[in-house]
Amino acid sequence: MRRSLHPTVWAFLAWLLLLAVNLAFTPGFFSVEVRDGRFYGSLIDVLNHSSPVLLAALGMTLVIATKGVDLSVGSVVAISGAVAALMVTKGQAPLPTVVAVSVGVGLALGLWNGLLVSVFGIQPMVATLVLMVSGRGIAQLLTDGQIITFQDPGLASVAGGSLLGLPNPVVVAACGLAVVAALARWTAFGTMVEAVGDNERAAHLAGVPTRWVKLGAYAVCGVGSAIAGLIVCSYTKAADANNAGLYLELDAILAVVAGGTAMTGGRFTLVGTVVGALILQTLTTTILTKGVPVQWTLVVKAVAVLAVCLLQSDQFRRTVLARRLAA
Amino acid sequence: MAEDALNRDRPADSGPELLRMRGIRKEFPGVLALDGVDFTLRAGEIHALMGENGAGKSTLIKVLTGVHAPDSGTIELDGRPIRPRSAHDAVALGISTVYQEVNLVPYLSVAENFVLGREPRRLGRIDWREANRRAAEALARLEVRVDPASSLGSHSLAVQQMVAIARALDQNARILVLDEPTSSLDAREVERLFEVMRRLRAEGLGILFVSHFLDQVFAVSDRFTVLRNGRLVGELPARGTTRLQLVSLMLGREVDEETLAKRPEPAAPAPPMVEARALGRRGSVEGLGFSVAPGETVGLAGLLGSGRTESARLLFGADRADRGELRLDGRRVRVRSPRHALRLRFGFCPEDRKSSGIVPNLSVRENIVLALQARRGWLRRLSLRRQREIADRFIRALGIATPDAEKPVGTLSGGNQQKVILARWLASEPRFLILDEPTRGIDVGSKAEIERLMADLRKEGLAILFVSSELEEVVRNCHRVCVLRDRRQVGLLEGDRVDAGAILRTIAGGGEDA
Amino acid sequence: MKAFRRSNLPVWATLAVFVLAVTAASLRYEHFFSFDVFLNLLRDNAFLGLAAIGVTFVILSGGIDLSVGAMIGFVGVFCATLMNAGVPGWAAIALAVALGTLVGLGMGSLVAFFDLPPFLVTLAGMFLLRGMALVISMEALRIDDPLFQALGHSKWVAPGLLLAVLLLGVYLANFRPFGRAVYAVGGNEQSALLMGLPVRRTKVLVYALSGFCSSLGGVVFAFYTLSGNANSGMTLELDAIAAAVIGGTLLTGGVGHLFGTLLGVLILGTIQTVISFEGTLSSWWTRIAVGLLLLAFIGLQKLFQAGRSETP
Repeated sequence: MRRSLHPTVWAFLAWLLLLAVNLAFTPGFFSVEVRDGRFYGSLIDVLNHSSPVLLAALGMTLVIATKGVDLSVGSVVAISGAVAALMVTKGQAPLPTVVAVSVGVGLALGLWNGLLVSVFGIQPMVATLVLMVSGRGIAQLLTDGQIITFQDPGLASVAGGSLLGLPNPVVVAACGLAVVAALARWTAFGTMVEAVGDNERAAHLAGVPTRWVKLGAYAVCGVGSAIAGLIVCSYTKAADANNAGLYLELDAILAVVAGGTAMTGGRFTLVGTVVGALILQTLTTTILTKGVPVQWTLVVKAVAVLAVCLLQSDQFRRTVLARRLAA
Repeated sequence: MAEDALNRDRPADSGPELLRMRGIRKEFPGVLALDGVDFTLRAGEIHALMGENGAGKSTLIKVLTGVHAPDSGTIELDGRPIRPRSAHDAVALGISTVYQEVNLVPYLSVAENFVLGREPRRLGRIDWREANRRAAEALARLEVRVDPASSLGSHSLAVQQMVAIARALDQNARILVLDEPTSSLDAREVERLFEVMRRLRAEGLGILFVSHFLDQVFAVSDRFTVLRNGRLVGELPARGTTRLQLVSLMLGREVDEETLAKRPEPAAPAPPMVEARALGRRGSVEGLGFSVAPGETVGLAGLLGSGRTESARLLFGADRADRGELRLDGRRVRVRSPRHALRLRFGFCPEDRKSSGIVPNLSVRENIVLALQARRGWLRRLSLRRQREIADRFIRALGIATPDAEKPVGTLSGGNQQKVILARWLASEPRFLILDEPTRGIDVGSKAEIERLMADLRKEGLAILFVSSELEEVVRNCHRVCVLRDRRQVGLLEGDRVDAGAILRTIAGGGEDA
Repeated sequence: MKAFRRSNLPVWATLAVFVLAVTAASLRYEHFFSFDVFLNLLRDNAFLGLAAIGVTFVILSGGIDLSVGAMIGFVGVFCATLMNAGVPGWAAIALAVALGTLVGLGMGSLVAFFDLPPFLVTLAGMFLLRGMALVISMEALRIDDPLFQALGHSKWVAPGLLLAVLLLGVYLANFRPFGRAVYAVGGNEQSALLMGLPVRRTKVLVYALSGFCSSLGGVVFAFYTLSGNANSGMTLELDAIAAAVIGGTLLTGGVGHLFGTLLGVLILGTIQTVISFEGTLSSWWTRIAVGLLLLAFIGLQKLFQAGRSETP
C-alpha cells in the first residue's frame, strides 16, 4: 500500500526546505537571544504564533481521522474568548476559574457537534456548519457586539507570560500535544478512532463503540478550540467576536491535511499535524521577515494548499508518472 | 444423475444464437474468478445463470457488460466479435443490465430517469411533455401505470426496475441482463416481472437472469448455466431437470466415499450453551431454532439469499431479533448490539470480509487485537508488548502469511485476511463463535487450515455456528444442521441424518422433515 | 411545469417560513409590506443571491464551493483598479466575469480530473482570490465610473439581474441536459457514469458556472457599494451555503431547487431587515436565527430522507 514515502515525511522535508531557504536568505532567522530569562527570535515567534492553530488542529486530527470535519473551530474560539473576557472584566474571576469555564464551554460545544454527527447521523460538514454560522452571533450576543478589552494580568499572561524561557502559548500547545498524544497512544482511543474512520462497519461489528468514539473526537476538538480561543484573546487583550479565530478552522484542516492525515479518514499522525501547523506559520513568518508584502501571504498559502492536494492525489501522481514514462 | 442432465442438445424450439462467450478467463490478485467459462444465449430465451457466492456469476456479467476486461476468451454478438470497454459501450451494443439495486437516480422523476442522457429537445430546451409521454408509453407497454413526473424514489423497487427495463428497451437492448431482480420483490411483483420477461422473450430478446430462488428460476427459465468456483459445471435445459440435480450441480456434490464418511467427532455430553427458539426478525429471517453445546458445531445450510447471513447477524446482535428467544446457559438473553454480544463472549466473522470484516489500513496486529481491546474498553489499552505477543501467537497458530505483524491487512491475500479476522475473534476468547462463510473466496489450502482450526476449537470447548455454501464442509464439520429456505428454517438435521443428500433434499424442498 | 413537482416538500416549507416571516413583520411594522421594501430586499441581497445560485449548482452536483465570498472581494478590487487605469466600465465587467469563470473552470478541472476534494480545492481558490485582491490593493478603492454610478443608483438593475440569472439557472437546471446531468451526478455518481452521462465535464462546468455567478455577484456588489474592497464578502460563502440548505438543497447533492435558494436568500434578507426595523434587536441575532433555521431545516431533511434508510 505504501509505495511512496509517508506524506508526513514529505511535509517534514518541505518544512526543512523552508528553514533552509531562511538559513540562506534571511539573516538572523535562526538567531535566538535571551532577554530577561526569555528567548526571543523568529523561530520562537513561529512556535508562539502556531500555537492556536496547533491546539485546534490536534482535535481536528482526531475528527478528520473519524472521516469527519469540524467547521465550527473559529466560532468556538470567538465564544471562548468572549466568555473569558467577560469573566475577567465583569466578574474579576481568577484565572483558573476562567480557564475552567472556557474549557467547559468548549467541551459542551464539541459535544453538541458530536451529538449531531454520531447520534443524529448528520453529515459532519452540515452538522458543524450550524455552530459555525450561529457561533459568532452567540459570541456577539455575549459581548453585546463590543470588542471587550481587558487588563487582567492573569488572562493577559496566557499569551504574554513565559515559562522556562518559552512563551506560554508554546508551553500550552506542548501540553495539549502531550495530552492528545497520550489519549491517542496510551489509551486505545487512537486505534478506535482509526478503526472507525477506516471501516466504520467493521469496527462496529468488532464491538468498537463507534458513536462514543466520534463523540469523543468532536469533544477534544471543542476543548482544543476553546484553549486556542483563550490564547487568541490574550494576545490582543481583547475579545473580538467578529474576527477572533476567523477562518481558523480552515488553517487547522490545512495543518492536518498537510501533515499527512487524509480527509478520507483512518490513519492519523499528530506529529504530522505539528509539522503542518509549523509549515503554515513558518511560511507566514518567512514572508513577513523577508519583507515580502504581507498581502502575498494568502497567495502563497493558496499555492501551498494546491501543492499539498496534488502531491497527495493518486490520480495526479499516476498522470504525472504516466507522462514521465511516455516522455 | 447429474451426467444425464448435462444435455447439451439444443432444444427444438430454440432461436438463433445471439451471444456466444467462449473460454472467458479472468483473474484478480489471488483469485481465479473465471476459468475458461463458456456461455451461450439465444434470441428468445430466458437463460438462468446459477451458482453460489464466488462461483463467478457476477464476474461473468461484468465481463459481458464491459465493467471488467477478460484476460482471455472471446465474446461474439450475432457472430461478430465484440469487446465492450465500459457499461456505456455495452449499452450501445445492445446489452443492458438491470441490477438488484437499481442503478438509476432516485431523486429524479420517472420520466427523467427514462430519458437521462438522451433527452428529447424542442426549441433549445428539454421537451418535458414529450419525455413524459414517451416514458408513460414505454411503461404502459410493460403495463406499469405511474405518473412519469413523480419522483422515482417514491415508487417501489418493482416499479423502479420496470423503469430500468423500459429504459433498456428504449435503447434498443437485444440482451437484457437481470441481476437478482427479484430479491426485494413480493410474490405479486415477481409474477408481474415474469410476465414482462415472457413477453420480451416472445419479442425475441435474450434474457440473462440471475436469481437464487429456485422456484422462480424454474418458473421462468428455458435453460440453466451453472458455475462453481469460476468453472462451468453444466448447461442444461429447464425442462426435464429436477431441482435436486440443479442444486447438486451448484453445491458440488462430489460423491466421494471418504468425504462422506468423515464426520465431526462427537462432543462430550454437556448441557446446551446457546439455544435459539423460533428466533426471528421481521423481513429478515424467521423460525430459527437449534441448540449447541460446548464442543459442538451447528451448521446453517441453504442457498444464497435463504437467510444464512441474516441468521448470523441476528445471533450476534448486529440486527435485533423481534420474535422468539435466545438462551445462553439456560438464561434468556436479548443481544442488543455487537458490543453486547462481545461481552457475552460471542464472536462473529462476517460474510463480507472487505466491507464488514477487515479494517484495511490498520496493521495485522491492530486488527487482531481490535475485538479484545473493544471488550476491555478504551482506557485499559493492551500494551504494545502484549499486542505483539498476541498477534505473533495467532500469526503462528493460524499460519497467517505476512512478513510481520505491522503490515496493513488490506495488503494480504483473501485467505490471510480471513485468518486475521478469525484471529481477532479468537483473541477475544469467545465461547460461541459465529463463522459466516469463513471459507469463501480463499484458496484450498487455507480452507483446510480453517477446518482444522475449527476442530481444534471444538476440542477446547467452543460452541460454533458455521455457515457455508459448500455442502461437504457442512457435513464434515457440523453435529447438526439448520436448513434454510426463503428466509425461514425448514429443517433441522441431527446426528446420522446429517448427510449431503438429506440437506440437498431439504433445500430443494423434496425431503422436508416430518 | 411537471418537472417542478418532484420532491419539493422542503421548498414548500421554505416558502411557508418566508411567507410567515413577511406576514409577521408586516403585522408588526406598518410600512414593511410594500413593494419598495420587497424591491430593496432583492436589491440588497442581489450579490448574495447570485453567488448562492452558483453555489447551489455546485452543491447539487455533490460538491462545495468556498471561494464565492473571496470572489466578491476580488472582482470589486479588480474592476476598480481597471477603471482607475482608464478601462471603460463595460470592459471591466466583461473581463472580471470572464476571469471569474476561468478561475471556476480551473477549480472544477482540479476536482474532476485529479479527484481532489472540492473542499480543499475551493479553499485554495478562496485564499488565492482573497490574496490576489489584497495584492492588487490593500485599501478600499472608490469607483466613480459613470456606468457603475448609473447601475448603482438604479433600483431595478440589481434585482433584474438576479431574476434574469435565476431564470437562466432554472432553464439550465430543468430544461437542459446539462442541468439534469448535474442532478444525476449529485444523486448517484455511479449511476450517472453507468448511464453514460459526461460526469467529468459536468463537474468542471458546474464550478465554472459558480465562478460566473459569483463574479457577477462581485460586479453587482461593486456598483452597489461603488467601491472595491479586498475584504468584501467575508464569510459570504457561508451565507450562500446556508441559503441553499434553508432553500431545501441537500448538501449531499442531487436534491434542491434554485427557487428554494432564492427563498433562502430572501429569508436571510428578511431577518436582517426585521432586525434593522426593530432597532432594539442587535445584528448578531441574524446569525443566531440563521443557525437555528439551518438546524430546523437539517432536521426536516433528515425526516425527508428517513424513507430511504441507510444502515451505518
